[in-house]
Amino acid sequence: MTARDPLAAATPPVKSGRTPAPGMVERRGSGYWLTHLGLIIGLLFVFFPIWLAFVASTVSQPEIVRPPMPLLPGDRFFDNYRKALVSGINAPVALMMLNSLIMAMGITLGKIAISLLSAFAIVYFRFPLRRVFFWLIFLTLMLPVEVRIVPTYEVVAGFGMLNSYSGLIFPLIASATATFLFRQFFMTVPDELAEAARVDGARPMRFFWDILLPMSRTNIAALFVILFIYGWNQYLWPLLITTDPSMNTIVMGIKQMFPAGDDTADWPVIMATSILAMIPPVIVVISMQKLFIRGLVDSEK
Amino acid sequence: MATVSLDNIRKTFSKTEVIHGIDIDIADGEFIVIVGPSGCGKSTLLRMVAGLETVTSGEVRIGGQRVNEREPMDRDIAMVFQNYALYPHMSVFDNMAYGLKIAGRSKAEIAERVAEAAKLLQLEPYLKRRPRELSGGQRQRVAMGRAIVRKPSVFLFDEPLSNLDAKLRVQMRLEIKQLQRRLGVTALYVTHDQVEAMTLADRMIVMNDGRADQIGAPLEVYANPRTRFVAGFIGSPPMNFLDAGLVNEPASEAATLGIRPEHLQITTGEARTGGIVLYTEALGAETLVHVKLPDGAMVTVRQDSTAALPEEGSAVGLTWSDSDQVFF
Ligand SMILES: Nc1ncnc2c1ncn2[C@@H]1O[C@H](COP(=O)(O)OP(=O)(O)OP(=O)(O)O)[C@@H](O)[C@H]1O
Ligand SMILES: [Mg+2]
Repeated sequence: MTARDPLAAATPPVKSGRTPAPGMVERRGSGYWLTHLGLIIGLLFVFFPIWLAFVASTVSQPEIVRPPMPLLPGDRFFDNYRKALVSGINAPVALMMLNSLIMAMGITLGKIAISLLSAFAIVYFRFPLRRVFFWLIFLTLMLPVEVRIVPTYEVVAGFGMLNSYSGLIFPLIASATATFLFRQFFMTVPDELAEAARVDGARPMRFFWDILLPMSRTNIAALFVILFIYGWNQYLWPLLITTDPSMNTIVMGIKQMFPAGDDTADWPVIMATSILAMIPPVIVVISMQKLFIRGLVDSEK
Repeated sequence: MATVSLDNIRKTFSKTEVIHGIDIDIADGEFIVIVGPSGCGKSTLLRMVAGLETVTSGEVRIGGQRVNEREPMDRDIAMVFQNYALYPHMSVFDNMAYGLKIAGRSKAEIAERVAEAAKLLQLEPYLKRRPRELSGGQRQRVAMGRAIVRKPSVFLFDEPLSNLDAKLRVQMRLEIKQLQRRLGVTALYVTHDQVEAMTLADRMIVMNDGRADQIGAPLEVYANPRTRFVAGFIGSPPMNFLDAGLVNEPASEAATLGIRPEHLQITTGEARTGGIVLYTEALGAETLVHVKLPDGAMVTVRQDSTAALPEEGSAVGLTWSDSDQVFF
């Protein structure tokens, strides 16, 4: 009993004890609506240009050039998109999207495969010049595509890979960033796991396939999303090495659609192409969202 | 079901030698505990037997065969790690089956052997779960199961119980011992817990800084510690060390006399030495009396709680029988 007394004194009677609760809920409530309002305004701000592009892709050419700009979709949706997909301006957009898809997938899968293997080598094997290789990979971080673009072009041209998928994909595959990410992850995997696998009789590559790879799947998913978007959005490199319109990718293709000189641009078709160019990355993000977020926030071991 | 022999085993990391030559012949089915303070090289020794660490010099033989150059999987051993090292993305069943799968056993045989091990370890309800959905004790059992299904000739344990709470540790300790008896597998068990060492071991290796100070049965080591280190390490509270000159011992060159706390008696009659009682600790069944000798050394007397308790601060006489003393 005596032990309870101080408690009873410190705790106000039930009624006054309950009063802070509604106040807190109310404060939380207004904060809740304010943050949402802020987010919604921000969202509208970001979304507005996309909406304009969409509207522009559903109206006719004269409607776009005559002010004021329309803010509501017109009735030319099917016409414009069919025209873009089937004939485009230089090349059909469907073909450009296929090229982009092949390039983006090639870059993504290639980068993931190469960086998984190189991180595996660097973390789990002791070989001569291991440190040197590590720093070489590190150095390439400082040399983005734009910096080495001229020599890379020479090499690719020398191999006769201009206007080809391999020319689009291979020079962009090496990835220091992904290698580092996997290296960091592999270093958090307890050594005992590798040792247990060794006692179980797993050779190194078996350990890699059966244990390391499944454990990295959330990291792989996160990287897949990031790298797919990176690959999809490549602009300068495809612009440089594809001269044949049938090898154009969609992101550079949009720029190619702008007329040279004083021809008039077919804005509805260009805008339809822009909207189409956004769709695959959005699909990738949405479909891999769950794994992607898990890969970023928790390191489930 | 194999003997293990270590023949003057040494291990050097870069330039420093951490294991300075260890010899032991382990009989088939024997339970050997390697015990010692942190950093003395217990794990390193075990890992050399496992094949996870190369042997700098000396020879490891399992079942009479030299295995220095063999991969762990070819040594017919299984190892249980301190943090269990379960594969996090595999079910309990797959964790246990992985070694057999690699060895190319048939599906039916794998299922049968895993079921057998799961039954033995009462893991049957959990076979479909992932390791993270298990309690510490259950994970420990899965790690044991993974070792059992391979039917090895030697079990290697590196502090397998140190992540468990005290009560579970006692329970698992018993289970490990029973399991090892039942399967008749030779076992090497590393621990820094002397109670585990005393209760599990057929023989124990007391290691001190890369050397085996003493190898022997637990009670033998307890009664006749060969070095002062062993005497101080095995037993709790540790053995008392007295200056041999102080107690008028004729024993020539030996400088130190060791005597276990339970062999010291507080006496009112003729005392061999004496001191001031600093404090007493009543533990229920027994009482520890801490006495400060004239030369400043501290000794602990362990007596029955029924015995008369001396006042703190009072002077007491101490005596013991010659048969219980050890000289270093
Ligand atoms: N890979 C290594 N490289 C260099 N030194 C090492 C390596 N592994 C262990 N050592 C050293 O060898 C000695 C013995 O280590 P070991 O891990 O065998 O100790 P231990 O008895 O198992 O200790 P604990 O009870 O803390 O696990 C230590 O001094 C340690 O620093
Ligand atoms: Mg250790």
